Amino acid sequence: MSAHATVDLVDYDEAVRRYDPVIGIEVHVELGTKTKMFCAAEVEFGGEPNTQVTPVSLGLPGALPVVNGKAVEYAIKIGLALNCQIAESCRFARKNYFYPDVPKNFQTSQYDEPIAFDGYLDVELEDGTIFRVDIERAHMEEDAGKNTHVGGSTGRIHGAEYSLVDYNRAGIPLVEIVTRPITGAGERAPEVARAYVQTLRDIFRALDVSEARMERGNVRADVNLSLRATPESPLGTRTETKNVNSFRSIERAVRYEVSRQAAVLDEGGTVIQETRHWHEDTSVTTAGRVKSDAEDYRYFPEPDLVPVAPSRDWVEQIRATLPELPVARRNRLQREWGYADAEMRDVVNAGALDLIEATVAAGTSPAAARKWWMGELARYAKTSETELAQIAVTPAQIAQLQGLVDSGRLNDKLARQVLEGVLAGEGDPEAVVVARGLEVVSDDGALLTAIDAALAAQPDIVEKVRSGNLGPIGAIIGAVMKATKGQADAGRVRELVIERIG
Amino acid sequence: MSNDLTRLSAADLAAHLVSGEVSSVEATQAHLDRIGDVDPAVHAFLHVSTEDALATARDVDSRRAAGEDLHPLAGVPIAVKDVVVTKGLPTTAGSKILKGWIPPYDATIVERLRSAGLPILGKTNMDEFAMGSSTEHSAYGNTHNPWDLDRIPGGSGGGSAAAVAAFEAPLAIGTDTGGSIRQPGAVTGTVGVKPTYGGVSRYGLIAMASSLDQAGPVTRTVLDSALLHELIGGHDPRDSTSIDEDLPLLVDAARQGMVGDLRGLRVGVVSELSGEGYQAGVSARFAESLDLLRSLGAEIIEVSCPHFRYALGAYYLIMPSEASSNLAKFDGMRFGLRVEPEDGPVTAERVMAATRGQGFGDEVKRRIILGTYALSAGYYDAYYGSAQKVRTLIQRDFDAAFAQADVLVSPTAPTTAFKFGEKLDDPLAMYLNDVATIPANLAGVPGMSLPNGLSDDGLPVGFQILAPAKADDRLYRVGAALEAALENTWGGPLLAKAPELEVAR
Repeated sequence: MSAHATVDLVDYDEAVRRYDPVIGIEVHVELGTKTKMFCAAEVEFGGEPNTQVTPVSLGLPGALPVVNGKAVEYAIKIGLALNCQIAESCRFARKNYFYPDVPKNFQTSQYDEPIAFDGYLDVELEDGTIFRVDIERAHMEEDAGKNTHVGGSTGRIHGAEYSLVDYNRAGIPLVEIVTRPITGAGERAPEVARAYVQTLRDIFRALDVSEARMERGNVRADVNLSLRATPESPLGTRTETKNVNSFRSIERAVRYEVSRQAAVLDEGGTVIQETRHWHEDTSVTTAGRVKSDAEDYRYFPEPDLVPVAPSRDWVEQIRATLPELPVARRNRLQREWGYADAEMRDVVNAGALDLIEATVAAGTSPAAARKWWMGELARYAKTSETELAQIAVTPAQIAQLQGLVDSGRLNDKLARQVLEGVLAGEGDPEAVVVARGLEVVSDDGALLTAIDAALAAQPDIVEKVRSGNLGPIGAIIGAVMKATKGQADAGRVRELVIERIG
Repeated sequence: MSNDLTRLSAADLAAHLVSGEVSSVEATQAHLDRIGDVDPAVHAFLHVSTEDALATARDVDSRRAAGEDLHPLAGVPIAVKDVVVTKGLPTTAGSKILKGWIPPYDATIVERLRSAGLPILGKTNMDEFAMGSSTEHSAYGNTHNPWDLDRIPGGSGGGSAAAVAAFEAPLAIGTDTGGSIRQPGAVTGTVGVKPTYGGVSRYGLIAMASSLDQAGPVTRTVLDSALLHELIGGHDPRDSTSIDEDLPLLVDAARQGMVGDLRGLRVGVVSELSGEGYQAGVSARFAESLDLLRSLGAEIIEVSCPHFRYALGAYYLIMPSEASSNLAKFDGMRFGLRVEPEDGPVTAERVMAATRGQGFGDEVKRRIILGTYALSAGYYDAYYGSAQKVRTLIQRDFDAAFAQADVLVSPTAPTTAFKFGEKLDDPLAMYLNDVATIPANLAGVPGMSLPNGLSDDGLPVGFQILAPAKADDRLYRVGAALEAALENTWGGPLLAKAPELEVAR
């Protein structure tokens, strides 16, 4: 028999037509502190097994925990970035269960008094839509050690001859972030799940609280999923898929569970509340232990620790050091630039946000900056099959180009030609203007010579204009523009033509 | 000569060491000899660390000879309860499950003892994981009361109390979760102090109940307790519950008390801690001690602490709850005993079960089961939650009582030492030994027991003094005053009345 029995699946699109998926995500992030959550053991990835340990992280008799202040600071940073309330006082609790990778046979965690609670995170989906995920809590806890099962065929405990435990990871500070049930995502539930975790990852990095490397397990996600008939129905029974450790897998695990649970429900069955394992290789989930409500961790307040009571002053100090987070920045820039929602979404999707910001910073109006980057340059990027940020022009050059337009030295057509030169590597716009001789001819004398020649060449048109029909005047202007190789200011030419004829 | 050295108080021995009349090696050897002589009968020690102690003694002697500035107790040997972790010395907490375990680190208080140059004579016997009031729950046999070898030395720190009472050590470390320093002190005629919770580091104490445990001195005189308390006490950043303040001046308080003037002191007699259940001789000695205090100028008043009657019940929910979690780490996976199941697969879970099944004694299992039950979902509020509320009420009782009185007093234990086996099959009767000592642990306040005479059966009785949190100095002032007055009436220390122990060789 293969490792996993075949199960019925309903086609995903079909499943989400008939069921409303509700997700819930628990993300664990390992904090990048120098030492562990409750002792001075150093934290470094990839050390020899059981070298980064102390009596405390080994759970030796007599050892006592002391809270790592840096970990508290990082947890507060995360809480603030997730728009959470920060507890004035909160306690650790003991979560009691026997397992060899938990040295004390209890995990020191936070239970009913998390350090941060009641927040939200605005998550941006691929098409630029903002989806708000409500955060129930973010709490501090310690990581467990790592088991290696030796001698079995699959590296799993079943069939193994013996197991080794490495306690280097035991006691590394974690923050666990728990969402409220995420409803309203509908068929986009997988995308929302992925975007949420991705956004969190970006935040952890922006806050500099973790390396946040998924492949090292710095960020680990457990995905809860349930289906219900309609958005008005009560929540269905959920499964918890553990350790889904890449963005792609998060999306696929949600899709898989939607299809699987739909099949169960279609057959009139009931979804079993259980932990499920995600298999990266086969892209399926399989049943783990049944997570009954009877599972009893006998939580009680950790008597070896005093409450953590971050002063309001400290919290505000931390808040003041927070970097601006992506969605907040986006909202601020949209406000400052006066872009419509759709315009802003296009800018973000095109990867033009940073470029436009830099162009505006160099003195260009937001409207003009958008026109360049989303117009000419976006087209150029598309035809040359490259990213906007990769093309050979800088925001400073665009600002210089627009400056030439604004001062009347270039018209739009000339400006496009100058841009061609810049993209061709001929230097800054100023240099291209000089090299190609593309400046607008603003000398009336030179223009009048060309105008007189054009008028002389087309006397019939001069006649029509003189009799009051201004329509054909364009032919004269066109001839002048052609004669000046486009370097004339068309508006000025028009004025001079009318003056001359009139 | 060696017998004389073992009879000295720690303060007197320290004075001899300072004056150079005696070397630490001589003093340490005298106590090691005494252990060799009487411990076969008393069995206070689980491990005697002869080499370690003599090495420390030699080091202190040479440093003293070199003119180094030493701690006042440098060179005075000490015994350490086996629940305190000692680097390189076996530490079992009286349990089979830790048989053969050699800790890789020192408890903070042991670090302080070592850096002050106190030779560690060995590790003393105790009820397994400090669970008991008779030391009969030790996995390594009974400790015998030096006053009557057929009787218990109290518990859980029977080993430390008996070692001091039998002149095997001038000083010992005890730990007190519900009375384990004070009750053994009472029944062996010695002095024991449970400091304010947080006053002495718990780092390196094998925890029974983290919110109640406290290490403290076990000695023959009040002054000696003050000296030892000042050495081991004070802030420790490795214990989050440690008080980050300087200790009050304890030795000064003891010396002040010895002057014998207690005028202006208000002494509150806790009405709930006397009467029914207290042996007649215990009550009589208590009344006499009150008279003595009055004669020293103290005002004696009666105070009521109405919630004390719920203390025992609350204690037997909180203590086992915390213990059930604290003792989870003993699972055969990383240290200590490891037992594989006799048949069937050898899985981690089955090894844990077999190890714990064989490694723990009955009393430990009883408390783990009690605590596991009390913390279970659906029972937590009714048991652990309610017990915590009682704890708050008891703290309020103390607050109210200390508004009226500077110290509170009671008999330390309701009876004198009972015979082996008398209460072993009746846990409730055993638990009642601690009825007067438990409230202090629940409230975190300090308490002292000092000998205040012999009961009608000729066995020692203890007098308990309680003070507000962080006012441990009051214990020493009042204790030293009462001790001086009592010794004046007896014509010497009470232990002089103890029968001579037969020498084994």
